Amino acid sequence: MPSFLEVQGLTKHFSVRSGAGLFSPRIPLKAVDDVSFSLKKGETLGVVGESGCGKSTTGRLVLGMMAPTHGSILLDGTAVHTRHDAVWRAQRQRMQMVYQDPVSFLDRRLPVGRQVMEPLTVHSIGSSVAERREKAEALFSVVGLRPDQFASYPHELSGGQRQRVILARALVLDPELLVCDEPVSALDVSVGAQVVNLLKDVQLSRGLTYLFISHDLKIVRQVADRVIVMYLGRIVEEAATQELFQQPVHPYTRALMSAVPSLKPHPQRRLSIQGSPPNPMQVPNGCVFHPRCPRASKLCQTERPELRNIAANRSVACHHPEDTTVSSPRKLETI
Amino acid sequence: MMLEFFFTRGLRALATLLLIVTITFVVLRLSGDPAINILGLDASDEAIREFRRSWGLDQSIWVQYVRYLQAVIEGNLGRSMLDGRSAVDAVIERLPATLSIMVPGFVLQLVVGIPAGILSALRRNTWLDRLVMTSSVVCFTMPGFVFALLLVMVFAVTLHWLPSGGAGTLAHLVLPVLTMGFFGAATLARFTRSAVVDVLGQPHIRAATLRGIPRRRIVLLHVVPNAALPVVTIIGLMLGGLVAGAVITESVFSWPGIGRLLVTSVASRDLAVVQTILLMVGTAMVLANFCVDLAYGFLDPRLRHGQGNSANKG
Repeated sequence: MPSFLEVQGLTKHFSVRSGAGLFSPRIPLKAVDDVSFSLKKGETLGVVGESGCGKSTTGRLVLGMMAPTHGSILLDGTAVHTRHDAVWRAQRQRMQMVYQDPVSFLDRRLPVGRQVMEPLTVHSIGSSVAERREKAEALFSVVGLRPDQFASYPHELSGGQRQRVILARALVLDPELLVCDEPVSALDVSVGAQVVNLLKDVQLSRGLTYLFISHDLKIVRQVADRVIVMYLGRIVEEAATQELFQQPVHPYTRALMSAVPSLKPHPQRRLSIQGSPPNPMQVPNGCVFHPRCPRASKLCQTERPELRNIAANRSVACHHPEDTTVSSPRKLETI
Repeated sequence: MMLEFFFTRGLRALATLLLIVTITFVVLRLSGDPAINILGLDASDEAIREFRRSWGLDQSIWVQYVRYLQAVIEGNLGRSMLDGRSAVDAVIERLPATLSIMVPGFVLQLVVGIPAGILSALRRNTWLDRLVMTSSVVCFTMPGFVFALLLVMVFAVTLHWLPSGGAGTLAHLVLPVLTMGFFGAATLARFTRSAVVDVLGQPHIRAATLRGIPRRRIVLLHVVPNAALPVVTIIGLMLGGLVAGAVITESVFSWPGIGRLLVTSVASRDLAVVQTILLMVGTAMVLANFCVDLAYGFLDPRLRHGQGNSANKG
């Protein structure tokens, strides 16, 4: 099956001042550095990493919200446009976004129903206002909103309801790809869980493809089929969700996992990350993670490890990955 | 809910007007003697005494204040000390002249200032934006009378296109209206620009772009209505500036309106006329601000039922 979304060597540099001074020189900040991945139709790819690792920028690049410095993004074989031309507008119908902070992404002056209907009007879908309204109202029931909330203003809804409106607004154009940028991190845990379930239901019934960006490993584990772990703009590990969570091989991934509180009676020995969070303006030489890595060697300081395949559908960018052969598959299942 | 709103607003308006009356009374009474101002320095002692007695100026200031207040409550705003005419008549007679420059001036402020600000924001950091913002800074830092004199110098003295003062024909209107309009237009352009720039940066605008909604529709349906709130606030405040503008404009162009009447009445401490003008201006301001508050309810659904931000979390 050919991939639905194909991202090759995606790189985005921002030009920023190196200091606070008026005349401090501008240096490039590598927000996203040589990121490649592909997504099959109906699949969910989770993107995890600390804040500032470039995961949101990746999402925005995929949607064509800004031009990448290098690299290509193909949606179903066609390049994603970044100039706002006719192709760009047509591509809006195929991919949409679900946002982290629902309140600021809604127009507080318009009733939510009209905001859901607006894309239909603009893209001339449906022949009459009544038909568009019917379609929008049908979506309201899909996302679990009451019909009488059609005329509500954003401030009259709760956080979870607003996120449902955002989802309805994104779904109204029948997109195929949905980029979810931290869709539940602004919500309470229980409300967030409902929204996650809703996202999964909608995906099943409509065959959607998700790029699911989150720092919350538990949620990513619930929704994603495959996961990429990003650190300072680069992919450090990519694997199927099951394998990644059972046996992370990159030291950074291991550290991320062990930071998640566990209910297990005998938790693994916790591996904490040393040093301070990375500064994307001072990317270290060699392996980007080596200043904080417990396994770092001389080699890590000088030579940057490439992302390489270590098993089927599994890659890691590390000179000294955890050995996958040590623990037997049977032992893994008991964890 | 609505009744309560009108009731509290009405009470507050009355308090404002009482404050205006009191402050004007005290300031005018303590800062000069109408008898000497009107009759002249060389008037006889007898004439001055007679003048004071007939206008009640020989009483203590408290008695005068209470008497004046009583009369105002009964609807009697008094007579001009200059010619004994009813103060209300004297003011109403001048009203059309003032309105004839104030209304077009205000309209000019709106139709120049708001579009200029929106355009400037949409073309941010282009030569157009810089041009609009530079001229706006020049216009609103220049005192009104300097701007008026500049207009007179160019269009009346040098080019002989328009009369330099007086009233009568439409040509007489042009320079006073321009003077009234430009200061406000410049202020409005700046505020509109920053309001629009602010809304343009909001996430929901980015989200609208991402849904493929055309720019023109985004600007008209999402940006402008959201930017209207701060702009309406400024417009409400600018109405006060309009009165100040009228005083200056009418003085420079010898326009026979209320502004000039105010200046001459203050100079002669003609209390009844000054009070009438200020009460009228005060009422107009109170009404204008009331309209602004009603507009808020229309522009921001969160303020519509007087419930403030009652978003229920969870």
